[in-house]
Amino acid sequence: MTVIDVSGLDHKTINESLRRADGECALLHCCGQRFIAAGMSDKKITIEGIPGNALGAYLNGASIVVNSNAQDQTGDTMNEGVIVIHGDVGDAAGYAMRGGRIFVRGNAGYRAGIHMKAYGAKSPAVVIGGRAGSFLGEYQAGGVIVVLGLGSDGQALVGDFPCTGMHGGKLYLRTDRLTVPFPNQVTARPASEEDLDELRKLLAEYCDQFGLVLDEVMNAPFTVVTPDSQNPYRRMYVAN
Amino acid sequence: MGVDFLYPEFEVVRNASRCTNCRLCERQCANEVHSFDAESGVMLADDSKCVNCQRCVAFCPTRALKIVESDCKFRSNANWSDQTIREIYKQANSGGVLLSSMGNPNRLPVYWDRILVNASQVTNPSIDPLREPMETRVFLGKKPARIKRDAQGRLDVRLEPQIELAVPIMFSAMSYGSISYNAHESLARAATELGIMYNTGEGGLHEDFYKYGPNTVVQVASGRFGVHERFLLAGAAIEIKMGQGAKPGIGGHLPGAKIVGDVSRTRMIPEGTDAISPAPHHDIYSIEDLRQLIFSLKEATEYQKPIIVKVAAVHNIAAIASGIARAGADVIAIDGFRGGTGAAPTRIRDNVGIPVELALAAVDRRLRDEGIRNNVSLVVGGSIRSAADVVKAIALGADACYVATAALVALGCRLCRTCQSGKCNWGIATQRPELVKRLDPELGSRRLVNLVSAWRHELMEMMGGMGINSVEALRGNRLMLRGVGMTEKELQILGIAHAGE
Amino acid sequence: MEREGQIRIPAGCAIAALVSRDGSKTSGEAITNAMKPMRDRSNGLGGGFAAYGIYPEYKDFYALHLFFDSRDVRKGCEAFLKERFEIVQSEIIPTRKIPEITDEPIIWRYFVAPLQSQLKSAQLDGDEFVSRAVMKINAQMDGAYVFSSGKNMGAFKAVGFPEDVSRFYRLEEYQAYQWTAHGRYPTNTPGWWGGAHPFGLLDYTVVHNGEISSYDANRRFIEMFGYKCTLQTDTEVITYIMDYLLRVQRLTLTETANVIAAPFWSAIEQLSDAEERARLRYLRAVFPSLLITGPFSIVLGFNGGLMALNDRLKLRSMVVGEKDDKVFVASEEAAIRAMEENVENVWSPAGGEPVVVRVKEGAF
Repeated sequence: MTVIDVSGLDHKTINESLRRADGECALLHCCGQRFIAAGMSDKKITIEGIPGNALGAYLNGASIVVNSNAQDQTGDTMNEGVIVIHGDVGDAAGYAMRGGRIFVRGNAGYRAGIHMKAYGAKSPAVVIGGRAGSFLGEYQAGGVIVVLGLGSDGQALVGDFPCTGMHGGKLYLRTDRLTVPFPNQVTARPASEEDLDELRKLLAEYCDQFGLVLDEVMNAPFTVVTPDSQNPYRRMYVAN
Repeated sequence: MGVDFLYPEFEVVRNASRCTNCRLCERQCANEVHSFDAESGVMLADDSKCVNCQRCVAFCPTRALKIVESDCKFRSNANWSDQTIREIYKQANSGGVLLSSMGNPNRLPVYWDRILVNASQVTNPSIDPLREPMETRVFLGKKPARIKRDAQGRLDVRLEPQIELAVPIMFSAMSYGSISYNAHESLARAATELGIMYNTGEGGLHEDFYKYGPNTVVQVASGRFGVHERFLLAGAAIEIKMGQGAKPGIGGHLPGAKIVGDVSRTRMIPEGTDAISPAPHHDIYSIEDLRQLIFSLKEATEYQKPIIVKVAAVHNIAAIASGIARAGADVIAIDGFRGGTGAAPTRIRDNVGIPVELALAAVDRRLRDEGIRNNVSLVVGGSIRSAADVVKAIALGADACYVATAALVALGCRLCRTCQSGKCNWGIATQRPELVKRLDPELGSRRLVNLVSAWRHELMEMMGGMGINSVEALRGNRLMLRGVGMTEKELQILGIAHAGE
Repeated sequence: MEREGQIRIPAGCAIAALVSRDGSKTSGEAITNAMKPMRDRSNGLGGGFAAYGIYPEYKDFYALHLFFDSRDVRKGCEAFLKERFEIVQSEIIPTRKIPEITDEPIIWRYFVAPLQSQLKSAQLDGDEFVSRAVMKINAQMDGAYVFSSGKNMGAFKAVGFPEDVSRFYRLEEYQAYQWTAHGRYPTNTPGWWGGAHPFGLLDYTVVHNGEISSYDANRRFIEMFGYKCTLQTDTEVITYIMDYLLRVQRLTLTETANVIAAPFWSAIEQLSDAEERARLRYLRAVFPSLLITGPFSIVLGFNGGLMALNDRLKLRSMVVGEKDDKVFVASEEAAIRAMEENVENVWSPAGGEPVVVRVKEGAF
């Protein structure tokens, strides 16, 4: 295990140290340094303090654990790997991610899972323990987003305008009460047995990370939102 | 029929005395214009399906065919043109947004055509490019502000990563999906042979084309299709696409019908699903966020790849370019409002953006005013039609030009402007296997090599005429340009004198 | 080369703020630390701070901070001031020579009160009188620029990175109950100190991140009311809008937020409370030209508190945190942690949701 005190170090130096280190690394006293572990594939990184924007951008298999909050664009265009955040995550978490997992114990900001996509064996997942901000899953093209609303005290699980432009994948909400309107081109329905089986597997991983009891998390109604079409804008244009 | 009936725009004229009913036209037309009527024994044509791509004209063995513009127009009206009226009928019928392809076809000023180039007479000699050395090699990328030496006083000759071009021309971004596999292969092979770059566009990089990596620019757009670590490392440079001249400010949308087979695999999205590129990069809402994306790419590629930032030419382009230069970009690519596209809303294509000539002049001057022109290279595109346009662009201040429409024309494109249909008879803007195979990459790449080699000779001829034997000495050399028929303001923005001055 | 005001220069940025609800004062050190982890959000071409409660000995006087290009301009400007104000104190603002900050103009401050006779003849209150004098100097007096004009507060700004600007102005020597800070990323080289932020009028100061798309619609509207947007920056027009809505129209802070970052019509229509619906419809209908679109996160500072606000789509990040009597706002959480490692209750306000912090009455 390599331990690096990153106070005063810039992102370039931190990433160079990470590339040199083999296997497990711990970064201490992080305060806003960006791009940590960008594109990395074979590291296990633990972060104390607040990592900066674009944490784990283009991540390609590495695993990152953040013991506090994380900022914006976490897991931007991530391809593979796991990012675990014990606190909240900022805006646009998992933008355009294609594979891997982002597990957030707390809340997510605006535009979580925006333009997530899936392909073949690659299917990304973002699980948010608390609540999610507006524009959740905008243009979602694949993969799974889950919002659990743990400890949300009756507050709305999602902000305004969820799933706009959604044309693939699934959104799970741990509630049967939808507080905001969903767009016309998606369908919200109670989760089926099949859905719950899929969800259980994913949440088992999630609960493992945070020491939660799976049965307690599963013991609630779940709503599933799916798009009606892969081609939501087909009828919008006329050839000229 | 009835109120929404529009008389076909084009008429197929068949010379019956030459037609042998060989039915080649029928087989060549994916739009199904031609058919053979067995009963009467003659070839028929459904004019309403014709897009004037002239495939049948080109392949008719007896030259029996021609396509003409129909003269059945609405009553002429200088305000309500035939086109305007037709568009209203289409929209009243469908409720749809009008969709077009390729660049803005309207009658707006082409400044290249109002700029004339100098030549040496008497006071200094012109150079004969066929017999004297004439250099066209350029390096794109950041140049250091100060030289460095080691302890022994030797120069530290390490540079930030550069793009080396044998000719100051690159094939600009066209995604695999918007154009065909064979079109991409033609571009990639030609770029390799020419020592220049082609550009993947935003659709990822096909497995087969990784081998052309040293002559490839890989593009990262807002949809991030096919973007992953290996892709980022595959090319000679990475381009962040912020905008496109044909459709500044809006995203892209490749219909699910074109996401088939290898296109789906390369974009890494399922077959049949729409490929939607958001209008903005959702991690860039401000200039300092662009810095973040540039450096996240640099981090992910360990600072080995120059980063190009491509933007559409818009009103505030000089300030935008300055911000991009300061955000750490190595190259800025500016795409003018005449740039092509596989599909764009007509209103956007025809009304948004500014001419690249003016954008280039403004940006080059602004970066020089700020003393940062050497920190960044400038590439311009958006309808560079000939070697003369290249010469003028470089003299205005560009380091190199992006060329796409001209490259497609070299491959056979007739600028029929219906790429969005996916039925390109020339095998370019299509994914239908039977159409794609019409474009032979061997032949296609040879035609592209011919075109760029010819342009290179022309560039050298024009440089030689000016007494310049290296393209570096042409760059930003605005004294070599004069304007004709322009206003004071236009000349001032272009930073050139009027002919005769 | 054209400078700020002659052309419009869009900029991106970093912002931060720190306020004590109890009115307890801190030096400029913490707010300066906040800007360090956000260095990538600025480019060294502008930084600045606003500090509230720093001039208790002159708290009843307007503190005018000015840049002058030359001694002659200063003399001319002082003559202008003397015709209109009683000047109780005039002095050079103390600075520290550091290599990171160069080409400084002449920087002075004046503590002034409008002459009663002038107020009477102009039939104006003190605030309006000062505001007009500031407009006049900034629009008409070449080489003079008022960059701060409120009571018991001051803005400090320069061309440089914010942490260097703080050292230059010796902000560790000031004690304020509220600080705001700005690191700028302009798309040019302004080389002019007036273009840095915060931008202020009277005790209103604005620090802002983002480039708004409604700029000229807002500007052309607000200029009807005597404001002159001489810098062509977003922050300037936002400040005038704030002044107009809060001071002239006497809207509350929340109402002001509902005008500039108005809820979407779809959101208004969904409200179950008919009175609230009517209120929001009214504000949108009355002030359509003051709706601000495009990305922004701002902190509006004023005597006795601040308001933090995001645009309604929340296109910029903004984080708020608390610890004891203190409230912190910044573009990034890291900045807040740099001010207070053990900050509690960190959250990101939703787009268009104003966060208003007021200092206890009597404590400022």
